[in-house]
Amino acid sequence: MLIKHKHSWQETENSVTKESLYLNRRTLMVGAAAAGAAIAAPSVFAQRKRELAPLAARPTDYKSNESLTPENAVTQYNNFYEFGVGKGDPYQNAWRLQPKPWSIRVDGLVDKPGEYALEDLVDFNALEDRIYRLRCVEAWSMVVPWIGVSLASVLKKIEPQSGAKYVRFETLADPKQMPGLRWPVLDWPYVEGLRLDEAMNDLALLAVGLYGKELPNQNGAPVRLVVPWKYGFKSIKSVVRISLTDTEPKTSWNLSAPREYGFYSNVNPEVDHPRWSQKRERRIGEFGRRETQKFNGYGELVADLYAGMDLRAKY
Amino acid sequence: MPSMSITSKQLRQFGKPVVFGLLLLPALWLAWNWWLAFQFQPNGLGFNPQETSNRFSGDWALRILLLSLAITPLSKLVGSPKPILFRRMIGLFAFFYVCVHITSYVWLDMLFDWAELWSDVMKRIYITVGFAAFLLLVPLAVTSTNGWIKRMGAKNWQRLHQAIYVIGLLAVVHFIMMRKGFQIEPLIYAAILVVLLAFRWRKFMPKPARAVG
Repeated sequence: MLIKHKHSWQETENSVTKESLYLNRRTLMVGAAAAGAAIAAPSVFAQRKRELAPLAARPTDYKSNESLTPENAVTQYNNFYEFGVGKGDPYQNAWRLQPKPWSIRVDGLVDKPGEYALEDLVDFNALEDRIYRLRCVEAWSMVVPWIGVSLASVLKKIEPQSGAKYVRFETLADPKQMPGLRWPVLDWPYVEGLRLDEAMNDLALLAVGLYGKELPNQNGAPVRLVVPWKYGFKSIKSVVRISLTDTEPKTSWNLSAPREYGFYSNVNPEVDHPRWSQKRERRIGEFGRRETQKFNGYGELVADLYAGMDLRAKY
Repeated sequence: MPSMSITSKQLRQFGKPVVFGLLLLPALWLAWNWWLAFQFQPNGLGFNPQETSNRFSGDWALRILLLSLAITPLSKLVGSPKPILFRRMIGLFAFFYVCVHITSYVWLDMLFDWAELWSDVMKRIYITVGFAAFLLLVPLAVTSTNGWIKRMGAKNWQRLHQAIYVIGLLAVVHFIMMRKGFQIEPLIYAAILVVLLAFRWRKFMPKPARAVG
């Protein structure tokens, strides 16, 4: 007898959502999405858009029976402040970004430091399909089909030294490519970080594509981090530098508002953001809010990392 | 040419309906797009309609509030009391958009989750500030009629309606606090408010002492 085992992180609320209600939710989405596309696609701008090459990737266990967030929502509703603070600004402005060629500086406590071409760090012959939920700290969420490799596979190549405890990531900060840098919204360049054991967890992904193609610029081309058990801002985009350190990196949002954005920023419905509740979230395309799951539903894979830690103090 | 200038009567007859119609346009746009959304039709509310709706109604409430504060300085600048004819209507429109803003939040966004709403007002300072601005605005809207001016007496009525300066400050603070990081847009509104309040600085200065002779 074949018993299909399901991991807890693959279980979803949709399995208990009434079909009719669910379809209605989707319809609202499509309507909204179509209008967004109509507004945001003047012809001049369309010509500046880069052709996105298809990427071949192998299927993995990181699947979901939840409906994917439509591609136009994933690529047109973004927070990427280097291109402006409006949700539609990255889609409008990110055509200025030059993702090819792309190199990444590797430094700090590693045995193989240096300036790497993206292709030398990410094995494009070993790309994986992974569907992850994305939970923004602003209490909205999406389901995104990413393409990439585990962050661990890249870290192994650069050989962290025994004293390395943290990984620090940095986003490109080039005012010529990124008009949003004119404004001191944050202390540029954007910096994020993980504890090394978090970074080595197989769930941590370095994505180079979504929806079967290369990453669009506004989604963090050509390479970005995806850590789906943490709030979206931890998943740093357009990475140009990876450093291994022995001290906790100073991360951008944490520096900007330490009470609001902790270093860990694990998705946690029990710890509110000072300005809003984190108990529920709006899945883009749905009318109401759904319950937020601890670690965004990936507790089975990552909760051990925080055993014995007070997640209220270490938010 | 005095014969060319517009009379107060004409302003009442034609000017007011025009301004009324203009100030209603944002609300009509919002209502129309929500109607489309509920019909599952393409609409202008984007991928997160509740976020769009909250921000759009809040933006217009603040803009119209600042416009109402600009009327007195304007009438002084042009040396005519005629702009004052529109002040009450504009002030009431500001109140109307605040109500639309709150309706958008309480109904369309939070779906009348009263427990969650109450904890929002108590725990989130920027919502506390916004809610305080709304509570202060209610008596101003209620007492906006000629009858209330008579009942209260012009002096008291004017004193009460000076609360609008505090309300303007609260509204701008609410907007600044709501944004993430250091953002320019709310600061532009703050700067406009400061300019408009600066016009009234004499009102807040102590009266010069009379010479005792």
